[in-house]
Formats: sequence, C-alpha cells, structure tokens
Amino acid sequence: MYYRETGQYKTSYIGDMAVFPIRQDRIGIALILLAAYVGIPALSSEFVLKTIMIPSLVFALAAIGLNILVGYTGLISLGTAGFMGVGAYACYKLTLAFPEINIVVWIIASGFFSAAIGVLFGLPSLRIKGFYLAVATLAAQFFLQWSFVRVPWLFNYNTSGSIEVPTRTLMGVAITGPTASLEAKYLICLTIVVLLTWLASNLVHGRVGRAWMAVRDMDIAAELMGIKLFEAKLLAFAVSSFYCGVAGAMAVFLWLGGAEAGTEFSIQRSFVILFIVIIGGLGSLIGSFLGAALLVAQPTILKFGLPAIGIPLTGANAEHINSMITGALIIFFLIVEPLGLARLWQITKQKLRVWPFPY
Amino acid sequence: MSDAVIAKGDGDAARWRKALPALATLGALAAIVAAAMTGVIARGNLVYDVFIDPFIAIASLPDLFVQTVWEGFVAGVLYALIALGFVLIYKASGVFNFAQGIMVVFAALTLVGLYEFMDNAGLPAGGFLALLALVLTLAVMFALAVTVERVVLRPLVNQPEIILFMATFGLTYVLIGFGEMVFGGNPKVMITQALGLPTGVSDFAILGGRVSIQHLDVAAAIIATTMIACLAFFFQYTRIGRALRAVADSHKAALSVGITLNQIWIVVWFAAGIVALVTGIMWGARSDVSFALDIIALKALPVLILGGFTSIPGAIIGGLIIGIGEKLGEFYWGPLFGNGIETWFAYIIALIFLLFRPHGLFGEKIIERI
Repeated sequence: MYYRETGQYKTSYIGDMAVFPIRQDRIGIALILLAAYVGIPALSSEFVLKTIMIPSLVFALAAIGLNILVGYTGLISLGTAGFMGVGAYACYKLTLAFPEINIVVWIIASGFFSAAIGVLFGLPSLRIKGFYLAVATLAAQFFLQWSFVRVPWLFNYNTSGSIEVPTRTLMGVAITGPTASLEAKYLICLTIVVLLTWLASNLVHGRVGRAWMAVRDMDIAAELMGIKLFEAKLLAFAVSSFYCGVAGAMAVFLWLGGAEAGTEFSIQRSFVILFIVIIGGLGSLIGSFLGAALLVAQPTILKFGLPAIGIPLTGANAEHINSMITGALIIFFLIVEPLGLARLWQITKQKLRVWPFPY
Repeated sequence: MSDAVIAKGDGDAARWRKALPALATLGALAAIVAAAMTGVIARGNLVYDVFIDPFIAIASLPDLFVQTVWEGFVAGVLYALIALGFVLIYKASGVFNFAQGIMVVFAALTLVGLYEFMDNAGLPAGGFLALLALVLTLAVMFALAVTVERVVLRPLVNQPEIILFMATFGLTYVLIGFGEMVFGGNPKVMITQALGLPTGVSDFAILGGRVSIQHLDVAAAIIATTMIACLAFFFQYTRIGRALRAVADSHKAALSVGITLNQIWIVVWFAAGIVALVTGIMWGARSDVSFALDIIALKALPVLILGGFTSIPGAIIGGLIIGIGEKLGEFYWGPLFGNGIETWFAYIIALIFLLFRPHGLFGEKIIERI
C-alpha cells in the first residue's frame, strides 16, 4: 500500500536510468545506511560486531568481486581466496614500507596489486572456457597459496611465517592493530564497502557491465556485435580481483588482525565465497550481501540457537551439522530458486507493490 | 593460378612462423648447453640450475631416476582412477561431479567403519569379514547413487551445466558433514591385510643401484588396469553401455528412443561409486583413511583438464603425465623453489598443455555456433 510508484514520473533520461527509480527505495536505502552507520555500532555488542557484522561486510565485498566474474561475465573462478591473499600481503608490505601514508589508502591500493595478478591468471580465459577455465583458476589458488607460505619476503622473514597487523591511525583514532576499537574497524569496513558497492553498481549498470553480460550470455555473439572479448574478459578479471584484494586486505587488517597464510587463504575460503554468490544470487549485488550475511551468521546461529531450543550440541558436531546444512542449503536453493536470495528479495518487493491484492 | 601460388607461399610462410617458437626454443637450449660446457654459466646461476643441473643429477644416478619415475607412475595410475570417476559421470550425464573426491573418502571410510563395527560385534576378523564389509559398502554406494538421483539430479533436469556443478559442491559438503559425524574425524587404517592385498617390498638391482618396488603399488596398477579394461568393455559392448553413450550424446534423443534417464543416472553414479571405492582402498592402503584424502580430488582435476573431460584414454594418459611430471618436478626442480611445489606443479603442467589444446589432449572439440 505504501510501496508504490504511482505518481512518480520520470522526466529525464537520467531519471530513467537511476539505480533506485522509486522514491520509497531511496528512502529505504537511506534508512538502511543510517541503521548501519548509527544503529549497529551503538546497539550491538562487541561479539556481534566481531563475529557477524565485520566478516559479513568482508565476505560481501569478496562476493561482489566474484559475482562480477561469475555472475556478470560468466567466467567461473575458484581462485578467489588466492586473490584475497594477494591484497592482504600487498597491504602488509606497503604499510610497512610506507608507514606514514594512511592505512585506508593502502587497503584500497592493495586492490591494484591483486588486479594485476588477476589479469595475469585471467589470460588463459581467452582460450580456455567453461570447466576447463574453472580448473585453470585453481592453478592461481594453489600457486598463490604456496607462495604465501614459501616466499619469506612476503611476511618479512618472520619466524612465525604469519603476518601481524601493526597499529595505524586515522585522524588520531587507532583503526588497525590490537588497540583499535571494533566500532572504528566496523565503520571503516562499512565505508569502504559502501563506496565500492556504489562503484560496482555503476559499473554493472553502465556500458562495461552490459558488455560483460553480453559476453556471459554468448561470447561469440558478443564479439560479432563489436565487443572486444580480450578487453572485456580481462577487465572483468581485473575488477573482480581488485574487489577480492581489497576484501582480503580488510579481512586481515580490520577483522582478523593477522593471518596464517595456509589457513586464511585456503581453497575452502574460495568455495565459501562461491557459495555466497550462488546462494545470494548470480549476477546480483544485493544478493552478495544477503548471501554473505546468511553464510556468516549461520554457524553462530547454529551454535547458540540449537542449545537454546533444547538440542545439546558439542563443538565438533556443530561444525559437521554446519557443513551439512551449508551443503543442503546449496542444493535446496539450486532446486527451488536457482536465482538465489536476490530473487526472493525481488519477489518480496513485487508482492509489496500490489499488497493487499494478490495481483 | 596465381592465387594458388600466393596461397602456397602463404602456407609456407605460415608453417615457418608456426615452427619458429619451437626452433627458437631448441636454439636457446643449445646455447645454454654450450654455455654450460664451456663454463660460462655454472652452479648457482639460475639458468644452469634449471636447465643443466637436474639432468646431470639424472644421468649420474639413474637408479634414483627410475625409482622416481616408478613412484610417479603409481601416483599417476591412482590419479587416473579418480579422474576416471569424473569422466564416467561427465560423459553420461553432463555433470562435472565435484563430489567424486569425497565419494572416494566416503567409500573407504564406510568400508573400514563397517569392518571395525562388525569386528567389535564379535564376528571373526579376516578375509570373509572383509568381503562382507566390501559387499555392504557397495550396497551403501548404491543407496547413495539412488539418493543422489532422486534428491539432486531429478529436480535439476534441464538446468545448465554450471547449476549441476554447483549442486555437486553442495553434495560434497553434505557428505563431509555426514561422514565426519558418523565415522569421526580420526584417521583410520585401511584393512589391507584382510582384503588380501599384498604388502612388502622387493628390491631390484638395476643401473648400478637399487630400485625398491612396493607390492601394493604393483597390485594397484594391475587392479586399476583391469578395472579400466572392464569399464571400457562395459561401455563398448553392453546394452546399458550403449544406452549410456546415447544419453551422453543427447538427453532428449535418448529419451525419445525409450531410454530411462533416471535408471541410467543411477547406473552411472553407482559405477562412479565403485570406482571411488577401489580408489579409496588403494589410496587408503598407501596412507591413512581420513578426510584429508579429499584433496586428492583436487589433484585429479589437472589430470582431467589435461586429458579432456570426455575421454577415458585421456584420463589415463593425463594421469600418467601428471603423476610422473609431478614427482620428477618435485624431486629434481623442487629444491630450487623451496620445495612443496607439488601442490601447484600439476596445474602448471596442465595449464601449459591447455594453452595449446584448449579442450585437453583428447577432449571433444566444442564447436560453437550462434
């Protein structure tokens, strides 16, 4: 009843192309942003911030990156965690080499290193297609993961072989390292994610995004229409790796506070991000957020939810059940709603428009 | 006529251009060897370490080389077995079954778990019990095939390949969770003795040294070869095999001549389950049976893309190339890169092959039309 576009006229081409053409949507997004910036840091506990909010944001950003590749351009990649690792290590080396420059700049800049590596491993995509490409991207994952462990220069010849995040400040407030408050970390995360999502939204709605989607739907036809496959595919790899790299730098600097290369950027993490993309919805930005929130929150909910309703659960079993539920969820979503949570979101909006009538 | 001459001239030029990289490589290699002989480059120089040093090592200790190749051969046979499981399912149902690796672990765990359970229940341990466990495991794999067909594949008929691929990801996670819950996360020991598999080592003196060969490895190679031969026969000459190939060509056409798709899928997944069980026994006998084994599925993927997704001979030859290449690379070139290159070396080999043959060595060429 309240969610209607009746009476809202589009009087210019710019108005017609707007991402949020309906006024209620704009109000809605403003409210969500307000809640995210003011409500959540004020109301949620440290635990919620640390285990749900910050990881959700990090994974959502990585999922947007992967979605650009898989959902928009149709190139399957299983090397996401490797590219995240490149971002993390680049950020670490950069901030140690130039400590006077602000860490936020380096977190963003580390994305460019990741993008360069992404383009390098994206080169075979011009010749190799489909599942062959998916397996080829595993080469990136394994090679990068190996180099994080075996190239001591990357972790500054630490004896522990892991990276420790130094304390860095923004306008006098510590935002990384052990002394930084979770609220500060959360707000930095949120700002980066909001900005990059806005950028991604403009990319996928513009000429570049349309070229990607044409390549996804049929690359030969796209080529015949004058889209340069070489540029489109490599650009997709570059942008995707950029997002993954920034997400990786955020993961280490703003969430974990240090990383063990073998575990943090393992292939399992690549799979989890792929699941976020599938469950959230291929080719959807909002889906990346929904999927990330679901997959990040699910273990916590299981761990504390099941005992609360009277089902006792030990730590190991919780992990197994979690893995089973994740698997079952994937199959369930593929069967019932192959377009993921994003599609459910659209259906809800459609229902809201016509409510209280069924049609 | 002049057109033809020009075309011929073009052909020659094109051929030369094609041969140029190969010639350049040969020339560069010759230059490196010459430089090494004359002492321009020596140990410590990267070029020397990559191109000369390993070969000197090979030539000076040929028995070690034979040993490495043999180990690579055995690993390759086992890779080929896993890849075969993938190829079977891909050929018959168009599903790239990511869960094959976990099916291997699951089958091996079921076998060992059932054996232990019956042993604890008071049945006499030994060959008979192992056989019983084997039969029961086959029953479990059959049940798994039926369940997968009912729950996962049937509702997903006519979906694009990538959706089915993702569904097998889901299956992987369900199987990992289920398996760990039932069998526990502790590594188990494969019942090699009870199954009647030989253990022991034979040493052969050749090339001025000793090469030791595990009996188990020989058995693995023989069993794998037999199984591959059986599968080839099954595909080529039986009624169901023909139906399988028909389904692989086109679901619709197969349905229209009266082939039951559901039944075929059960057969295929059961066949993949049997392959998984055999692979699981062989791998399990060489190391522990635990969920860490599921990384062998990731090892089989480069084999798969090297040989081509649709080719059984491709899986075998790809497996051998990867197995031997990986062991040689790790042994002779590994120290140069700080070791542990086994994790990605196979992928690099496969990637190099793919750059020249994008559909693998024996894969079907995908013809794209608008």
